[in-house]
Amino acid sequence: MTPMPVAVLFRLAWRNLWRNYRRTIIMLAAITLGVWAMLFMTAVMRGMVDDMVQTAVRSLPGHVQIHHPEYRDDPSIANSMPPPDQLLLDALAQAGVVAWAGRVRVPAVITSERDTRGTTLVGIDPEAEAGLSFVADDIVEGRFLGSPDDKGLVVGRKMIDDLETRLGRRVVVMSQDPDNEIIDRGFRIVGVYEAKLENLEEAFVFTGRRYAQSMLNMDESISEIGVLGKSYRDVSDLSHLKQLEGSAREVLPWYELDAYLGTMLSTMDGFVLVWIIVVFLTLSFGLVNTLVMAVFERIREIGLMQALGMRPSMILIQVLLETFLLLAVGLAAGNLLAVVSVAALSDGIDLSIVSEAMQWMGVANVLYPTLEIRDLVTTNVVVIVLGLLAGLSPAWRASRYQPVEALTKV
Amino acid sequence: MRVDNITLSLAWRNLWRHPRRTWLTVGAMVFSNILLVFMISLQFGMYRVMYDNSLSLITGHLQVQAEGYIDEPRIRSTVPAAGGLANALRQAMPANNVAVRAMAFALVSSAERSFGVQVVGVQPAYEPGVSNLPGLVKQGRFLNASDERAAVIGSSLSRNLKVGLGDELTLFGSGRDGSFAAGIANVVGIFESGSNDIDRSFMQIPLTDFQEIFFMEDQAHSIVVMTPDLFELEPAMATMRYIVDADGLVVHDWDELQPGLKQSVQADMASAWFMYAVLIVLVAFSVLNTQLMSVLDRTREFGIVMALGLAPIRLGRLVFLETGIMAGMGLLLGVAAGSAVVSWFGFYGFTYPGLEEMSARFNLPGRIYPSASFASLVWGPSVVFLACLAAAIYPAAKLLRLQPVAAMRAA
Repeated sequence: MTPMPVAVLFRLAWRNLWRNYRRTIIMLAAITLGVWAMLFMTAVMRGMVDDMVQTAVRSLPGHVQIHHPEYRDDPSIANSMPPPDQLLLDALAQAGVVAWAGRVRVPAVITSERDTRGTTLVGIDPEAEAGLSFVADDIVEGRFLGSPDDKGLVVGRKMIDDLETRLGRRVVVMSQDPDNEIIDRGFRIVGVYEAKLENLEEAFVFTGRRYAQSMLNMDESISEIGVLGKSYRDVSDLSHLKQLEGSAREVLPWYELDAYLGTMLSTMDGFVLVWIIVVFLTLSFGLVNTLVMAVFERIREIGLMQALGMRPSMILIQVLLETFLLLAVGLAAGNLLAVVSVAALSDGIDLSIVSEAMQWMGVANVLYPTLEIRDLVTTNVVVIVLGLLAGLSPAWRASRYQPVEALTKV
Repeated sequence: MRVDNITLSLAWRNLWRHPRRTWLTVGAMVFSNILLVFMISLQFGMYRVMYDNSLSLITGHLQVQAEGYIDEPRIRSTVPAAGGLANALRQAMPANNVAVRAMAFALVSSAERSFGVQVVGVQPAYEPGVSNLPGLVKQGRFLNASDERAAVIGSSLSRNLKVGLGDELTLFGSGRDGSFAAGIANVVGIFESGSNDIDRSFMQIPLTDFQEIFFMEDQAHSIVVMTPDLFELEPAMATMRYIVDADGLVVHDWDELQPGLKQSVQADMASAWFMYAVLIVLVAFSVLNTQLMSVLDRTREFGIVMALGLAPIRLGRLVFLETGIMAGMGLLLGVAAGSAVVSWFGFYGFTYPGLEEMSARFNLPGRIYPSASFASLVWGPSVVFLACLAAAIYPAAKLLRLQPVAAMRAA
């Protein structure tokens, strides 16, 4: 006998699925719920990590950072480096680099007539910084710096409150020059910025790069170069910069710069897979049960088909097809539900009731779930593959019945 | 529900008419119960470490501060006559540890480097009772009562300032009245807390030195209290409110002092409960399916016994009993296996790749030890048990509407 055409097998499997519609509907509901939960949870976690990384990358590091090899362990003025040479300038001009900026970045103490705080003084090129870091876009009062020679100081909202001072007032910034002479200099506050995370508003104060260099007696030296590529996920566009690493400079992508975030991102992939598998395993008991019952009810029918000459392999394939159809319908509904619910939440989930915790973890108050294609693919592939594996045992049993025994079964 | 022996043995036998189906259903319960027991115990274990580590390093359980200092920690928002007040507290509540602290920012310079640092004035004799930082001194020693011009700093700070034990540091800052403050201190100890942020930004000096350098007179910024039990703060708070009977002073508990902590636990719980709810509902679906099938399988049989005069309510009871037996087996096996898993990990600890790097940021260890308690072992499985019983409502209700004649004719 020639193998049955696929279309017939499909139709048989489809009809078998609906013979006991209650059971099928319950199982479909379970699969739909499970798949939705897999995708929704993943989307929420991805949204959170995405936001953490983007906020972190915008608060100065950039996608790739170039600095003195010692600078990371010892962020002192002594570990600054000369301005970019021609070789580096050429590399920074290549495609893949969206923006870059050199900065002076030194630990400092800022004092008003009322109070004193520790902070980091950052000398920037205002134009180069736009798009690269948060300051340029988040000025809420006063103005942003105009040029590298700007002598004004831009401080955070929290810092201005801490120091009990305000726009237009003078503050003193203290730091050291390369010879450890204490430098103190009066600054006028010309602008105030707000950041998503409150602690960022205390972490940095900004002034013009050239003005900072002259104040700190560091000539043309800079502390770091922040480089922005196309996307934080894939910094391979910027890999040519790595080749310029040498004894005088270190080139690090953000995920090595901030090991916490880097690990977070890779652990997330593991977590997503574990979550999908756990939900699937919970589902699998019901799935196997459904298939076992479906086969059990049809023993006589299967016996008859075999007696009429249907080959065992066809029976195996038919039960597997039934499993596949069940999974496919459940997956389709689950995917749809996930897409719809994520779209419905595209304005973000408001987390302000736990805002302090979110600040602690470096996450903003509004969470935007993001459904990524690769998570969709992973979920669907895992469910289909494991689901067919789970269906294998009932299918195998069905194909092994002895026709006579099966026919005479009550 | 009143159950006689016959119903019980009927229910038991019915379950074993399809052993595979019964075991698969019980298996789903056991699987989810083990997961729940393990996850919940792990959560509790982690929360305890989170609370301990973040409170015992610096914050303590309770603090007396000037009103408003918590939101705007200004050097002139002080607690007057802090030493005397702390003594009064020690006498009133001997079971608690009490220590005075004062805090200011200063530019700290060594021969080679200068950094902005948070300078904390502490009482050398009492500080070890409210903080575990003194115990983390790895080189040299912690401050002692007779120290003058001494300082303990973090390991990263000592590296960055390029100083070792015995080296001199200079402090520049502003005093309580806003005037210029300066002082010197010799490094007597270097601590390693494991958190780079803390090791880079803290310096402890004796309170008396602090008060002299920053023109504090007898004032300080907080009185830190460590109670025997973090969740039993009410008695200590009441005593403190009674003794600290001055205008402008307030008592804060750890939740006010570190609002991120409790909320992180709540946020984590919320996401955990979402996951648990999904697992539980899925198990309930599995039970619903099984029981509905088992009812539909027996339609004819049920029709016959009803025709013989059995009340439909008794059949409903039978279905519930069957579900209850399965759910009970799931509960017992789940709790037993879950406890085994928890005690194994409770001994060896649980970790996964990346945990260590991530927890370092919050000053947590790289291994979590699940903490087993009656609640953590029984909570999850009990909810599963109830969910399974709830899932049997629909199949059981179907029986009540069963017509004997139609049922007997069913295929």
